[in-house]
Order: sequence, then structure tokens, then C-alpha cells
Amino acid sequence: MAPTKYRYWGADMSLYYVQKLLYNLNRDEKLQKAYFADQDSVLQDYRLDEEEITALKKPDIGMLYILGVNGQILMHYAAMCGYAWPDYIQAMRDALAEHGNVRAGLYATTDGKGAV
Amino acid sequence: MSLVFAGVCSHAPGITGRKHMADPDDADTFYAAFDDMRQALEASRPDALVVIAAEHFANFFMNNMPAYCMGMAEDYQGPIEDPDWLGIQRRTIPGNVDLSRRLIETIMQDVDLAYAEEWKFDHGISVPLNFLTPRYDLPVIPVNINCQGPPLTPLHRAWAFGQALRKACDAVPERIAIVGTGGISHWPATPDSGKIDEAWDRDFLDRWCKNDKQRLLDYSDEQTYLDAGQGGFEIRTFIAVSGATEGLSGKVHYYRPIPIFAVGCTVGIVELEAA
Repeated sequence: MAPTKYRYWGADMSLYYVQKLLYNLNRDEKLQKAYFADQDSVLQDYRLDEEEITALKKPDIGMLYILGVNGQILMHYAAMCGYAWPDYIQAMRDALAEHGNVRAGLYATTDGKGAV
Repeated sequence: MSLVFAGVCSHAPGITGRKHMADPDDADTFYAAFDDMRQALEASRPDALVVIAAEHFANFFMNNMPAYCMGMAEDYQGPIEDPDWLGIQRRTIPGNVDLSRRLIETIMQDVDLAYAEEWKFDHGISVPLNFLTPRYDLPVIPVNINCQGPPLTPLHRAWAFGQALRKACDAVPERIAIVGTGGISHWPATPDSGKIDEAWDRDFLDRWCKNDKQRLLDYSDEQTYLDAGQGGFEIRTFIAVSGATEGLSGKVHYYRPIPIFAVGCTVGIVELEAA
């Protein structure tokens, strides 16, 4: 896999709101409970496209990684969804193999390999 | 008074959260180095600890991202992460509003600094405190340098922030300790988690130990991203400590790449008494 070039994020408002949702979930246990009780009622407050909504609801942690969700936000959503650390890493690896490298953001893999 | 202690250390969440998955010798030796740092910190008899951290979207998001922010609260809460995931129980950590305000006012003479009267610590601060102030009886003043959401503050501004912080420490009667926390080369929370470039780290730490301003500032974010990962942007916290201790040497007391902790685990202390 070719080395990833350094890219600024911020151009995609939809990705911004995926991350905003996960940021809010990470900070707010009441919102977490509301979200897992009725995802649609929370998701409607964010400007998201269908691919993002599908990935969030499944949850497809690997796809969220490919979409460009910052790993520092995503790893907590993964834990929230019951992913153990090795499963979280493997989900991202599987998604790389299926979809190719990350589409946006800083958390693209540089060589597609991990050490753990 | 002035600065009585300055050091740097790692803060990766795996240090506490994945200890059970680590080689016992790795964990034991690193934990021992952290405890030595705690003893050195306590021996300096600080009145407060300023932690220069690189947080990870616990308090600040791209709707309003300060380049530099300092806490100004009576107390703080943390960790924001699931306590079982991080391996650290939630608690309240004491602050010092009056001292924060005086430090901030002086720093603002040189650097445009945001302040926050509430702050939830994430692993970037909670992991170091778990080792350095395990009784949570030392007032803490958090500082954040944005290392996550570009555009990022240039390295020379991180140095200037450190200089401004030092000036502020010199202007108050309290005994101040500072600790910068971050990773050097690392690719946390990616499929490359666990990848560590030891040569890159040791070269950076050589620059840090020598307080070599020219070489410490001689990195571009583009090259750091390629060579040291997005986690390498956190060198700003170490550089701020170097700016606060300009002209003084540091010593690395511990460095070992520990992949399951996803970082080259580091403890370094500036030799203030040599001044």
C-alpha cells in the first residue's frame, strides 16, 4: 500500500457530524443510554448520509474507520459497542482489506500493517 | 518561587488499560520508572502540578478548537473513558483557581491562551496522574495543546508557550512542577497501533535531552506524519517543556518500545538543579 500523504480534514461536513455524534456520546452517559435505546431519535439531530447511518447502526467499526473517523473518538465508540481491543484493531484491518485505505483524516494507515 | 520540577512522560491508554496483555518485565520496569518520577516530583515539594497534555476530544472539538488552553477550575473530573477500559477509576482531582488565573494572566502577555473552567481529563492526563499523584492530593492545572485537529500550532509556538509558562511560574510565589505528556513516534488507534520507530524516538529524545532548540523545531508536520505517525504531533508537549527549561539538559530515565502500550514508553526529567 502506498504511503499516505498528509491531509487536513474538515472539508466533509458529514464526516464532521459523525465525529461530533461520537464525541458527544463519549462525553455523555445519558446520551449513550438514549442512543442505544433509540438510535434514530439521536441520529436525526446530526447531518449524516446513508452510508454513515448504516455504519453507525450496524455498528460497522471498520467502515467508520474507512470513512475517516478519528481513532481517538472511534476507539471509544468501539468499546461502547463491546469491541475488545484486538477486535477493534482487527475490524479496521478487515475494512482496509475490503475497502482500501481511509478516505479522509489523519488516521489513515501508512503501511497497512500493525505490530500487535 | 519558580519551577521546581520539569519532566516528560508517556500517557497512552494501554499503559493502564492493557497492562494485563503486556510482558511483565515491560510493565514492571516502566511502572517502576514512573514511580521513580513520582518520588522525584514529590521531593521537589511542589504546590501545584501543571500537566501539558495533548487531549483526544474529551473537551475540545472542531467546533471550537483552541491551540492552547489552560484549566481554571476548583477541581476536575476524570477519566472520561470507561474506567474498566482504561484501568483507572473516576475521581475528582483538585485544582487551584487563583493560581490558574495568575499563571494565565502572565502567559497571555506573550501567548493567546484560552481558558476552561470545567475540564474532564482523558487518558492524556489521567494516566500520568495515576502514577505521579496517586493520592490525588496535589492541585493540578491542566494545559492542552491541540495535537489532533489540524491546523496545529507550529512547533516554534509550542516552544514560545513553554517560555511564557516559565515566565508565569517565575512570577508566582508557589513552587510549580510541570510535566509534558505525549507520545513520540506512534500510530495509536489505527491498524498500525503498536508500530514504534525506535530510531526516530531516540533521535528526538537526544534533541530533547540537549535542549537543542534548533533541532527540536526542525520538524515539519508533513514529514512527522510520514515518519512518526499522527501520534508524532504530540512532540509539541515535550517541546513546550523544553521551551520552559531553555538552556537546561534533560535525562531520559526510561525508554522502551512497548507495542501493546502502542508507544515508546518514556520518562524524562530536566536537570533543573544544574542551573
